[in-house]
Amino acid sequence: MIDAILHYPFMQRALIAGLLAAVACGIIGTYVVVKRMVFISGGISHASFGGIGLGYYLSQYISWVTPVYGALVFTLFSALGMGLIVRRTRLSEDTVIGIMWAVGMAIGIVFIGLTPGYTPDLFSYLFGSILTVSISDLIMMAVLDAIIIALVLMLYKEFLAISFDQEFGTALGLPTQRLYLILLCLIALTVVLLIRVVGIILIIALLTIPPATARQHTHNLKNMMLLSIAFGMVAVLGGLWLSYELDLRSGATIILLSAVIFAASTLFTRLRHRKRNSLETPAD
Amino acid sequence: MSEEVVKLNNVWVQYDGTPVLEDISLSIRKDDFLGLIGPNGGGKTTLLKLMLGLITPSRGEVTILGESPQKGRKHIGYVPQHSLFDRDFPINVMEVVLTGRLNHTRPFNWYSKVDRKAALEALESVDMLELKNRQIGMLSGGQQQRVFVARALVGEPKLLLLDEPMSNVDAPMQAEFYELLERLKQRMPIVLVSHDISAVSVYVSKIACLNRKLYYHESKELTPEDLEAAYQCPIQMIAHGVPHRVLKEHTHE
Repeated sequence: MIDAILHYPFMQRALIAGLLAAVACGIIGTYVVVKRMVFISGGISHASFGGIGLGYYLSQYISWVTPVYGALVFTLFSALGMGLIVRRTRLSEDTVIGIMWAVGMAIGIVFIGLTPGYTPDLFSYLFGSILTVSISDLIMMAVLDAIIIALVLMLYKEFLAISFDQEFGTALGLPTQRLYLILLCLIALTVVLLIRVVGIILIIALLTIPPATARQHTHNLKNMMLLSIAFGMVAVLGGLWLSYELDLRSGATIILLSAVIFAASTLFTRLRHRKRNSLETPAD
Repeated sequence: MSEEVVKLNNVWVQYDGTPVLEDISLSIRKDDFLGLIGPNGGGKTTLLKLMLGLITPSRGEVTILGESPQKGRKHIGYVPQHSLFDRDFPINVMEVVLTGRLNHTRPFNWYSKVDRKAALEALESVDMLELKNRQIGMLSGGQQQRVFVARALVGEPKLLLLDEPMSNVDAPMQAEFYELLERLKQRMPIVLVSHDISAVSVYVSKIACLNRKLYYHESKELTPEDLEAAYQCPIQMIAHGVPHRVLKEHTHE
């Protein structure tokens, strides 16, 4: 693969895209896992398909609109919409998310149907195609990463407080509602950043598996973020290499590899606990 | 009469047209240690949330140190009813206590040296300094409760509200926890919500009973009529630490 990286610019771009993706999903995925927002993140990522469809449709009329820009705007609005509807109405959270998840995808399908002509790279938005990432995609990913890192650095202690004990945050007078909505917007940005890498359907895996793996090895939120970035990078680079050597689809290979790492980590953690327990309890 | 810290003036609270609190008037003074008892669903937590400005009354007025609850709540240290937090949450004792400084810090800034010093002092005052780097889920229920008290103290409050702090504390640790409150009451007035009348009455200086209406005489005395009205059944209670039956056995007719 080293040869391929040296020779083919598309491999270099794929590598950079994978590393940029690992950063965002390590940081935001950590919040998704500790604040138990996996289902709403699944909703946000699937609803982004509506934006892809809208972007496709509008690109016939407005030349600078691309499906990814469509996804960016649409996903931010659907994340805010889900957050507000869940908090302001009496509908149960999972019902609202389930509805918006499906409605978002349906909007995407309708608009793609309305767009004349063949839509060749539709499959790549659903399942990812890291090997076709362009320079402009990379620039957008880097900008989104920078926004995510900046906001998390600025609001780290507030996010930690509302993740751990939202009710206490409210009693302190923190704007917990607004902070939660900002967090949902950061999830939306991460989703858009990950679309090209693993695709809409597999995004939720990259938002949960590396942080879940990291959690087994630390009790500190910052370290959990750094570790899950590391696990994410290993999965992306290793998956890319495996898919290149074995001629497998890259997005799915990355996810499967991260699941294998998670399984190995779980086993390792269990064995370590058992060993410690057997040392602590003396034999009769 | 010492300074008035909390004042409720003919306060009513309704949820969907159903009154939860009816015509509550209450004043809490600087050296009070008030035990607030009453049956479940009687509105005890609602009363605390009124003081914290989390609920607005449908009628009446609440003031904290002469200000509105929204302004005054920065002077309140709050220990919520045991929150069902995730025991695996990646946060340590020190970080939990620091979150109590968030109304003293500005967003976009990290915690300052002053914040850290305040957190260490708060941990010291609840005897939890040694465990400051321990993950919160590794502590016993009683130790966790001490950490939550430290989190309430770290903002240098002028009033401490505790909502059912004993619910997750083992019986042997409860006495120790009450001793901690005994020490804290030298520094600030305390409102202690509980459904365990007998335990509370030994330590507090005043008792109020709440079941939609408030039964309170600015003293440690409650009349049998009060309790019967609040609980709608006879109660065995302790006054001045001496147990005695104040009500006749209930007789069904």
